Amino acid sequence: MDDLVVLRVGTKILIPFILLFALYVQFHGDYGPGGGFQAGVIFAAAYVLYALVFGIGNALRVMPAKVVYACGAVGVMIFVGTGFVTMGLGGVFLDYNVLAHEPSHGQHYGIIAVELGVLVTVFGVMVAIFYAFAGRRRLDP
Amino acid sequence: MIALGLFNYWAVILLMMVGFYTLIARGNLVKKLIGLNIFQTSVIMLYVSMGKVAGGTAPILVEGAEHVVYSNPIPHVLMLTAIVVGVATTALGLSLVVRINEAFGTVEDDELRDESL
Amino acid sequence: MSQHLPVLIVVVPLLLAPLAALVGNWKAAWIVAAAASWWAFGVSIALVRRVLAEGTISYEIGGWAAPYGIEYRIDLVSAFVAMIVATIGAVAIIYARTSVRAEVSEDRGALFYSAFILCFTGLLGISVTGDVFNIFVFLEVSSLSAYALIAMGQDRRALTAAYQYLIMGSVGATFIVIGIGLMYSMTGTLNIADLAERLPAVADNRTIPVAFTFLTVGITLKLALFPLHLWLPNAYTYAPSAVTAFIASTATKVAVYLLLRFFFTVFGAEFSFEQMQLDKVLMPLALVAIVTMSLVAIYQDNVKRLLAYSSVAQIGYMVLGISFASVLGVTAGILHLFNHALMKGALFMAMGCVMYRVGSVRLERMKGLGKKMPWTMAAFVGGGLSLIGVPFTVGFVSKWYLVQAALERGMWPVAAVVMFGSLLAVIYVWKVVEVAYFQEADPDDDIREAPLGLLIPTWALVIASFYFGIDATTTADIATRAAEVLLGVGP
Repeated sequence: MDDLVVLRVGTKILIPFILLFALYVQFHGDYGPGGGFQAGVIFAAAYVLYALVFGIGNALRVMPAKVVYACGAVGVMIFVGTGFVTMGLGGVFLDYNVLAHEPSHGQHYGIIAVELGVLVTVFGVMVAIFYAFAGRRRLDP
Repeated sequence: MIALGLFNYWAVILLMMVGFYTLIARGNLVKKLIGLNIFQTSVIMLYVSMGKVAGGTAPILVEGAEHVVYSNPIPHVLMLTAIVVGVATTALGLSLVVRINEAFGTVEDDELRDESL
Repeated sequence: MSQHLPVLIVVVPLLLAPLAALVGNWKAAWIVAAAASWWAFGVSIALVRRVLAEGTISYEIGGWAAPYGIEYRIDLVSAFVAMIVATIGAVAIIYARTSVRAEVSEDRGALFYSAFILCFTGLLGISVTGDVFNIFVFLEVSSLSAYALIAMGQDRRALTAAYQYLIMGSVGATFIVIGIGLMYSMTGTLNIADLAERLPAVADNRTIPVAFTFLTVGITLKLALFPLHLWLPNAYTYAPSAVTAFIASTATKVAVYLLLRFFFTVFGAEFSFEQMQLDKVLMPLALVAIVTMSLVAIYQDNVKRLLAYSSVAQIGYMVLGISFASVLGVTAGILHLFNHALMKGALFMAMGCVMYRVGSVRLERMKGLGKKMPWTMAAFVGGGLSLIGVPFTVGFVSKWYLVQAALERGMWPVAAVVMFGSLLAVIYVWKVVEVAYFQEADPDDDIREAPLGLLIPTWALVIASFYFGIDATTTADIATRAAEVLLGVGP
C-alpha cells in the first residue's frame, strides 16, 4: 500500500481524533448518553481502520492476537470484580453507593469502573472478530 | 385510518416477516444469517417505537427545565443488550459458516445435505 | 457472606470463566472450571436448604428496589433447578478432564472450559433471576456458548449441527423477546412477581394472548418439544461427549423450568390453562413425542443419536406432566426433570467411555463390548433400566407419579400411552444390550475398560439414579412442594 499516500496520511490524521472521541464517549457514559459499549466499538473502529490501511501484519505487531483475547477476558473480570469490591465493602452486588463517602460520588466511580470493563471487553472482542475473519487465508480454488 | 396510526407495528411486522421468510426459504447459509439479522432488527424496532412518548424528548435531566415529557429510556437500554446479543450471534454464525465452508467446500444447504450422508 | 449466596452462585463462575480463557493452558483452565462448578454445587445445596427452611429468598442487585431494579428471586422451583444444573455440572467437569483431552485439540482446551463455564453460568442465571429480560440475557449467554461447545466436536458435521442449532435457537430466543416486549408494553414492568400482579388487569386485551403465544413457541423451540425438536438429534450426536452429557441433562431442563415459570407464575395457571387452553396443545404434542420419537429411536444405529431421540420422547413425559396442570402432574414433571437429568447424564457418559476407547458409537462397532468394557456397559444397562422405568430406579418414580396424575384426571388412555412408551424404551435399550452382550467381538482389536476418570463420574450418576429410585422421599417431597408453590396452593 506504499502508493496510497492520501489514504495513509489521512488515516494517520484521523486515528487520534477517533480515539479521542472514543474517550469522550466513554467518560460521558456515567450521567449522559454514551458509555463503554459505544466507546469500545469506536476504539475498535480506529484500530480496524489502521489494520485495513497498514496491513494486518503491522496491526498484529501493535497488538498481538493474544493481547486482544486477553482484553476480552480482562474486561469481564473488571466488571464482575467491581461487584465483588462493593460486596467486600459491605454493600450488595454492584451497589456503587458504598464505593465513596457520598453515595452520588460512589455511583460515579462505580459506573466508570463498570464502563471501563465494558470498553475493554468490547474492544477486545471486536478486534478479535476482525482478526479471526481477516487472518484467514483464502481457500484454494 | 386506525390501521395507519399503528404504522410502526406494520413496519415491524413487515420486517419480521421478510427476515423470517429469508431465514426459512433461502438455502444459502449466509443468506439465512442475513434473514436472522433482519428478524432481530424488527424486534429492536418494536421495542424502541414502544418507548416513544408523544412529544417526549431524550431523557436527560436539564437544570431549570420543568414539566418536560421524556420518552421511556428502558426499552432503548434493553435493545442495547439485544444488539450486543445480535452481534455475538452473527459473529458466531458467520464463523461457523467459514468453518463449514472449509470443511465441506460449500455453504449451500442442499449440497451440504448430500455431503453429510 | 451468606446473604450474598443468591448472586454468588452466578457471579463466581462468571468471574472464573474469563480466567479460564486467560490462563491458556488446559490443565490450569480445568482447575479453574472445576473450582467454579463445585463452588456453584455447594452454593446450590445451601440455597435449597435455606429455601426449605425460610421460604423465598430475594436479592436486589445494586441495591435498587425490586420492581425497578433487577431482582434475583429464588423459590423452591428455582433452587431445585439450580441444584440439578450445578450437580450435573460438577459431575460433568470431572468427566470432561479425561474425555475432552481425547476429543478436543489441546490448543482449544482453555477456550473449551471457558465456554463450558459460561454455559453453566447462563443456565444457573436463568434459574435464579426474577427479571424476564435478565432471563433472555442469560438464555443467550448459555445458548451462544453451547453452540460453540457443540461446534468443537470431532466430526465435521458438528459444525452444521451447531449452525442449525444456532439458527433455531436464535429464532426461539427472539420469539421470547417479542413476548416479553408485548408484556412490557401492557404492564410497564419486567419483574416476574410484579408482572404476575399486573397481568390479570390487562388480560382481556388482545396483546397478552399474542405475547403468550410468542412465548409458548419460543420456549417450546428451546426445549425441543415434538415438532420443534429438529435441532436436537444432530447437536447431541456430534458434540463432544462431555458436552452432550452436560447439555442433554441441563439445557432442556432449564427450558422446562422457563415453561413452568412463565405459564404458572407469570400468567398464572388459570389464564394459561383455562383461558388459553394450553393443555389442549401441549398434551397431544407430548403424547405424539413420546410415541413417535421412541419409534424413531428404535431405528437408529448411532447410539448417541438413539439416546438423543429418546431425550425428545422423555421431554414429552415432562411436558405431559405439566399439561395436567394439577399438583400431581406438575410434581411428576418436576421429578422427571431431576430423574431424567441423572439417567441421561449417565447414559451419555457411558457412550463417552465407548467413544474414548472405540472411537465410534455406532452399533456395529459395539459388538462384544459387554465383555471388554464390563463397567461401562453395566452403567449403560443401569441407565437404560431407569429409562424404561423398572422399579427401584428413578425412571419408575417419575412414571408412577405421571400415571397417577393421568388416572386422577380419569385419562386412562394417556396412562396407557405412558406405559406403551416404556415398552418402546425396552426395545431400543435392548437393541444396544443385545449387540454389546450377545454378539461376538472382533478378536483382533484390543479394547480395554475405560479409565477411572470417566468411570467414576458415570457411576456416580448411575448410583444416584438407583439411590433416588429406592428412596424417593426427599426428591418427591421437594417436587410436591415446588408444584404447590407454582400452582399457588398449600403453604
